[in-house]
Amino acid sequence: MIRELVIVSGKGGTGKTSITAAFASLAENAMLCDADVDAADLHLLMAPHIEKRTDFMGGSKAHIRTDDCTSCDRCRELCRFAAISADYVVDHIACEGCGVCVDLCPVSAIDFPVQKCGEWYISSTRFGPMVHARLGIAEENSGKLVSLVRRETMQLAEEKGLGMILTDGPPGIGCPVIAAIGGATALVIIVEPTVSGLHDMARVADLAAHFRVPGLVCINKFDLNPEMTARIEDYAVQRKMRVVGRVPFDPIFTRAMIAGKNILEYDKNSAAAAAITAVWHDILSSPALNPLGIKDFSSTIQ
Amino acid sequence: MIISIASGKGGTGKTTVATNLALSLGAGVKLLDCDVEEPNCHLFLAPQLNEAETVTTFIPEIIAERCTACKKCAEICRFRAITVVGAKVLVFPELCHSCEGCLEVCPEGAIAPGRRELGAIEEGHSGDLAFAHGRLRVGEAMSPPLIRKVRERLDGAETVIIDAPPGTSCPVIAAMRGTDFVLLVTEPTPFGLHDLQLAVEAVRVLGIPCGLVINRADMGDDRVRHYCEKEGLPILLEIPFERKIAEAYSRGTPIVVAMPEWAERFRGLYDRIAALSAGQGRRQ
Repeated sequence: MIRELVIVSGKGGTGKTSITAAFASLAENAMLCDADVDAADLHLLMAPHIEKRTDFMGGSKAHIRTDDCTSCDRCRELCRFAAISADYVVDHIACEGCGVCVDLCPVSAIDFPVQKCGEWYISSTRFGPMVHARLGIAEENSGKLVSLVRRETMQLAEEKGLGMILTDGPPGIGCPVIAAIGGATALVIIVEPTVSGLHDMARVADLAAHFRVPGLVCINKFDLNPEMTARIEDYAVQRKMRVVGRVPFDPIFTRAMIAGKNILEYDKNSAAAAAITAVWHDILSSPALNPLGIKDFSSTIQ
Repeated sequence: MIISIASGKGGTGKTTVATNLALSLGAGVKLLDCDVEEPNCHLFLAPQLNEAETVTTFIPEIIAERCTACKKCAEICRFRAITVVGAKVLVFPELCHSCEGCLEVCPEGAIAPGRRELGAIEEGHSGDLAFAHGRLRVGEAMSPPLIRKVRERLDGAETVIIDAPPGTSCPVIAAMRGTDFVLLVTEPTPFGLHDLQLAVEAVRVLGIPCGLVINRADMGDDRVRHYCEKEGLPILLEIPFERKIAEAYSRGTPIVVAMPEWAERFRGLYDRIAALSAGQGRRQ
């Protein structure tokens, strides 16, 4: 029974990656997955040694062979993405890869080569194996790459007999987040006590409810606004999300990041390190993570 | 002039810069919140919003009595949004990219244009400031089409400020593309620097002039500044970490309201952007 915790937030910059990295120090028999393929940062704290590098082949893009093109304009009529210029050059950024122009060009003058959209890696770190990726700049298909990275992580965990996966998720609620949370054992939602933090957490909770994934809430930098922290905790309880703890604001997070360490490695005696350790134990004891793998629908987000 | 505000890394202060810049400039300005997955500008502007307009996109609707299960629709669909099982055509609306290829190839006229809801656009005012934002429907995966719709709401404003989503993939490209200037917001930390480098690459792919705001400027190291020097990336404003700023932010109070002296600094930021983008035509 492999359990996967996905760390998300809705809002970016609330501390997902720093806290995931600290959990890596505490988790036993675990491995890591960076599912934020668009702006991946976990490797900056993990110094992964890349053992296997694989191209990620995403969708195809249309390419018009000018020599064969009769300028009939059919492709421009068909394209719903305004990706073909008046002189029949395909704009690769606008091209959605639907292939409609390719199939319906009367003289078959359009090629449709598969694109390399990024790379993904299997690495070793001081905390166990890690699967991560890099999506190419301005690329699409981030959801597809997230699904791939999670699938490879699960397979590797099975092969190596590891019982826990820590997945650093992307911000937002769109395609990469949908790909990151489906089938997870539980989400750990990292929230900061701000109006934006609460607003964005509510949206990610709505998404998690949609997929029936249990949610656990951790408030980071809670002391920047204790009143907002209390509001967030009330809200979490209302939505049936367990509050697993509070972490204080501490510049040590930045200093640890500069040193390339997680905060437990950097200063295990700090208040923030103690708070994260307590959060971790609360997560492990939560019904959503029961060792029998029984689905706990009482902890499903409402 | 259209200024888009982007970052690579989330939570660096895009919304703070977008709202405070917009509030500092007076009339003739429109703010478009294109972070449709998690729009936050309204929390700081408390705008009066009109009724939401629902934005939808094409999906195929199969007219069963005309369908002969010839599979042409399924064959052209690169996104596997249509499958034919026996004599039945199954549509998976959430996978559809609205290319309308199925509609085009169906020989029986058995496909009707249906709609999938992408989200909503709300529009309104906060004092002198004109405002619109998109809100992606929860469960909807594709944000770029909604972002492009929000961007149509220019209304002839002299200055348009676009708050972009984080990242470097298609949603942020949809928000930045065709703008006159990209203002990148970062923090001087290793994560901030790493994601800034990705964002700069994305801006360069689009060929748009850009400059930088460093937020929480005193909370990291010097590597962001060294990078800017090396790349010739102008630093247009630094915002220090101050508890007062962080607390105002946490309550949803703009900096220029909590600390009015900042309005002048944001106007200075605008002047530097205007100077840098002068003579540069609007890019496509």
